[in-house]
Amino acid sequence: MILARIRKRFPAGPDSTGFALDIEFQATAGVTVLFGSSGAGKTLTLDCIAGFVRPDEGRILLDDEILFDAATEVHVPPRARHCGYVFQNYALFPHMTLRKNLEFAAERRPRLERHKQVTRMLEQFHLTEVAGRRPHELSGGQKQRCSIARALIGAPKLLLLDEPARGLDAPLRAELYTVLRQVRADFGTPILLVTHDLDECFELGDEMLVLREGRLVQSGTPRKVLEQPASVEVARLLGSFNLLAAEILALDPGRNVSLVRVGEFELTGPYFPGRLLGDRIWLCVRPEVLAALPRNGKPGPNQIPAQLMRVVEKPQSVRLEFSGDLAVDLSRPEYERQRQNKEWLIEFPPQALRAL
Amino acid sequence: MQIDWFPLWLSLRVAALATAIATGLGLWLAYLLANRNFQGKEVLDAAVTLPLVLPPTVLGYFLLVVLGRESPLGKVYEWIFGGPLVFTWQAAVVAALFHSTPLLVKSARAAFESVDRGYEKAARNLGASEGRLFWRVTLPLARRPIFAAAALAFARSLGDFGITIMLAGNIPGRTQTVSVAIYDAVESGNGALARTLVLIISGVALVILTLANRLSPAPLGSRQAAG
Repeated sequence: MILARIRKRFPAGPDSTGFALDIEFQATAGVTVLFGSSGAGKTLTLDCIAGFVRPDEGRILLDDEILFDAATEVHVPPRARHCGYVFQNYALFPHMTLRKNLEFAAERRPRLERHKQVTRMLEQFHLTEVAGRRPHELSGGQKQRCSIARALIGAPKLLLLDEPARGLDAPLRAELYTVLRQVRADFGTPILLVTHDLDECFELGDEMLVLREGRLVQSGTPRKVLEQPASVEVARLLGSFNLLAAEILALDPGRNVSLVRVGEFELTGPYFPGRLLGDRIWLCVRPEVLAALPRNGKPGPNQIPAQLMRVVEKPQSVRLEFSGDLAVDLSRPEYERQRQNKEWLIEFPPQALRAL
Repeated sequence: MQIDWFPLWLSLRVAALATAIATGLGLWLAYLLANRNFQGKEVLDAAVTLPLVLPPTVLGYFLLVVLGRESPLGKVYEWIFGGPLVFTWQAAVVAALFHSTPLLVKSARAAFESVDRGYEKAARNLGASEGRLFWRVTLPLARRPIFAAAALAFARSLGDFGITIMLAGNIPGRTQTVSVAIYDAVESGNGALARTLVLIISGVALVILTLANRLSPAPLGSRQAAG
């Protein structure tokens, strides 16, 4: 288990704006994903845990060992932290063969045991045939597996992965996910994974920590975060939401309904606890729960007329982008059925509306 | 024409010894300058560069003062080795050392700095001590430009004149290196000897520089290569 409270400040310079990391979190077994856009402080967090960067304040505990404590000036050097680190570009030593790369990481062990362990790792990660090759003679997938094996060979208490899927094509990405799931099952090492890819959070993440501008803005299972983003910023970060500025016109806790105004239209939603009449809110709706219909006459309840601006084909669905920054995802057959529509209505299922 | 091969032999021996010492000393200084932050780093950097810009006579004078028979260092040397340093072939080594070390430090520092920090981070993360990091990762990755730098240092040691003549003098058969011998031959009107030595030393330098150029391409695992 890792428990971290990290504060690190970089003052603004002549050619850089300042940055401050200020987060506190805890991660247990399984995969914890650090999610955020670039510049949110994700990699910096990993570097603080691995000991490459010394925080200004805070404390980092790994199991029962103190890795860093500002108050008592404890700062364990990187080599003694027992954190495996898989770097973005793998950082396999180019002048060593694969086997030597692994041996380098296991050098603290007696020779015979080291040899056995390296052989076992090479087998486990399907690298035995290429063990004598140097990194530049390997495929992307082999390099990736080798860097994960190298990080694991010292039996680390925590595995840190810095955007391991960045720049990989789809098959390699799928291979990586398989390897990482295998690692989670076989080694039981807690994993801290940095990514800005939401799909990756869902593929691998047991827990998700959302970072924004150096702060932790939400945590929870990926499903929960996606279904209930804690703020407009998180919803924007997740990137797959319709966000509409609205004003609350009526609230009825008894019947669990509310009435909100969006532009010139009124929509019915669920009761929003903690909100008052007249509050300005952001309505948050995922594109796949909205319905798009042909417009025949006046809009019905919870329907808003909209103008289709663009159609974006996606692998599993079709995204229709309407005026007013509204997006609706339809299944392909549904879209085919409706593609002749001249004018459109968008229907908002009342229970799908969330207030932020 | 009777040619005395002693100066050539002495020069090669002096250059080889000076290069060996300069490589050890230079790598240490270069690593320090490339990887450590300490007080007085700029002063050290400037001091290392100084021999590149000062006239050889100035350097020679400094060394005479510092290593002369009356100086504390000179006395220590005399106590250890039983004789003075100045006007011996060992003094020629010291002269060559001062001539070549700055060059080696500059090139080796650039070589060390061109090694991707990612590899050093990885090595530390994998439990390597600073010593193991240097010997197993940084040095092997920077070895080509360092070999090139050592070759250059050798060529430069071979050609030192100013410091050598001030510190080691011009004693035929004892401290007379090739460059000093050429000067001597020209002064005494021995054109044939001067031409022969000039041709030989130019040839040797050319071979060494070609070798250095061959070794010069970007080091393994340089920043560009690692992306």
